[in-house]
Amino acid sequence: MTGLDRLKAAFAQALGIPANSDFDTLQYAVTPGWDSVAHMNLVAEIENSFDIMFPTEDVIDMSSFGRAKEIVTRLGVDLSA
Amino acid sequence: MQSGMQPGALPEKHTAPETQMLDGKIAFITGSTRGIGWATAQLFAQHGAVVILNGRANQQLLDERVAELRSRFAATAIGFCADASETAAVKACYAEIFKQFKRLDVLVNNAGIMQDSVLGMISEPLVDRSLAVNVKGPLFHLQEASRLMARNKSGAIINVSSIIGSAGKEGQAVYSATKAALLGLTKSAAKELAPKGIRVNAVTPGLIQTELLKDLPAAKLAEALAGIKMGRAGQPEDVAKVILFLASDLASYVTGQVIGVDGGMIL
Repeated sequence: MTGLDRLKAAFAQALGIPANSDFDTLQYAVTPGWDSVAHMNLVAEIENSFDIMFPTEDVIDMSSFGRAKEIVTRLGVDLSA
Repeated sequence: MQSGMQPGALPEKHTAPETQMLDGKIAFITGSTRGIGWATAQLFAQHGAVVILNGRANQQLLDERVAELRSRFAATAIGFCADASETAAVKACYAEIFKQFKRLDVLVNNAGIMQDSVLGMISEPLVDRSLAVNVKGPLFHLQEASRLMARNKSGAIINVSSIIGSAGKEGQAVYSATKAALLGLTKSAAKELAPKGIRVNAVTPGLIQTELLKDLPAAKLAEALAGIKMGRAGQPEDVAKVILFLASDLASYVTGQVIGVDGGMIL
């Protein structure tokens, strides 16, 4: 399982969506079920999955799957590995 | 209840022994080089906690306190010199806690200032500073700490408010407002964090013998003592013991509560 797969798995788990969803279209407060409570669960899933800690600014800024990829990459995660 | 037990009997294994009530727990106490915070740090160390101390400006005193915990209690202790009102400094503390320990079990939001003024002479800088230290600081500490605690679905946060926050007092409108804010924060955070296994409670100390009292005029002190049913000012240890209870597994079903530690004080 690559880092990207694990990130997708975290999103699927936290948002209760199928593993084959179109992740690139997911957006906070737009995608059904991605509200503030789910958002904090999502952050926790990602943090636990990669053993990282989001700075609060990134918690607030992570508004899409694309932003999530940028943030975890900046925090040292290799999504291709 | 275990089968075969008589009603009302305790289970064979208690949830916490009388000593080592925080064995191995990682505890961060803000404003812990003096007064209630220092008393709490010592009690936590005595009960087996890994203690993270914090002071605002005096690095030497902070280093001395860390060394004292290590020598007196053989405790694991470190110190962060950071102003509770500086959000970036607060966040940096938690980044370091995550780096060193990967977890946090207890936060005691103790750092605070008490600057008094009658209503007509309250200045904006006084309000801004009081709000920054007594409200914004604890809020961001709680925010950061709860995220670390949520990783383990477990934690205890104790906010040190004041009897002034719950009862009010003439000449202390700003301090009272900031300490009352902590009570609202406590109750809201308790409700939000309970599903994550994190308990949030507050203590409201009364008249406690700390440095905050040293500038109190003798007549004011006498007037205050007259209003305490137990007839004495409290000691920092009196408050520390209640904080220890709230931090420990003895309080495993206690959240969203405000406990007065005031000797029966009436304001």
